[in-house]
Amino acid sequence: MLDKTLIGKSFPPLLVDVDKWQLKFFAKAVSEENPIYFDEQAAIAEGYRSILAPPTYGVTLGCAVPDPFSRAKAVGLDATKILHTAQSFEYFEPICGGDQITLVATITDVFEKRGGAFKFMVEETVATNQLGQLTTRFRQTVVERA
Amino acid sequence: MKDLIFDQIALGDALPSLTKAPITRTTLAYFCGASNDHNPLHVDSDFARAAGADDVFVHGMLDMAYMGQLLTGWVSQRDILSFGVKFGAIVYVGDTITCRGEVVDKVEREGVYAVKLKLRAVDQHGDLKLSGEAQVRVGAPAVAG
Repeated sequence: MLDKTLIGKSFPPLLVDVDKWQLKFFAKAVSEENPIYFDEQAAIAEGYRSILAPPTYGVTLGCAVPDPFSRAKAVGLDATKILHTAQSFEYFEPICGGDQITLVATITDVFEKRGGAFKFMVEETVATNQLGQLTTRFRQTVVERA
Repeated sequence: MKDLIFDQIALGDALPSLTKAPITRTTLAYFCGASNDHNPLHVDSDFARAAGADDVFVHGMLDMAYMGQLLTGWVSQRDILSFGVKFGAIVYVGDTITCRGEVVDKVEREGVYAVKLKLRAVDQHGDLKLSGEAQVRVGAPAVAG
């Protein structure tokens, strides 16, 4: 059974340091060629504080916890059967190496389709930087496949 | 990066497409570590088979990162207002992903000029793997006179 009472529940803030080394590693993993994503001087020349985190990096910051599936488990999803079905971002201020980002996740929906064969959870995360600026708000939908 | 001006962009205009190298197990190992997504379904074939999959499969967020590169190859990241995708079909080791985007709408609100893009990523067979949309800011039209 899914626990719909968790809809609207926000979880304790997660404080994450944006590591320059990891940004470089991410750039390598995705074969990034634009140096603003791995070379601090190139990023500074483009007006950023440091190496720029790419558009999808908020999710990586959100996974910087011992168990990224803890919320999915809390609503009753089987973490071994979870697939990511949708992801979206709204952007405000850039995230850069050396930033300290506070992430607050809220479960925004929990529902079933096809008589319970597919169980979904939607969560929204707000990411604020060390200056108190909203950087990005992102929404993630996961499904437990039957 | 070429300046994009609102009134010089037409509906149907295509972004330069982006084709990435075939995805290898090494790619997945790097992305596992780099993305903090340590789910063994993406890197451990023994685990994946025990879980009922044929083999490891690609992180959806890797495909989305590639789609992000399509966008940041066209505009500065500062000009991306929103970006969203649906993961339609699983991508496997050996697949070659091509990302494409097309202008489907033009909007002006309170002096911000933006275009809406329809996004699609396909594999080497042309099968749709990811679909999405983004809104990006572009330059205001030159003022007449």
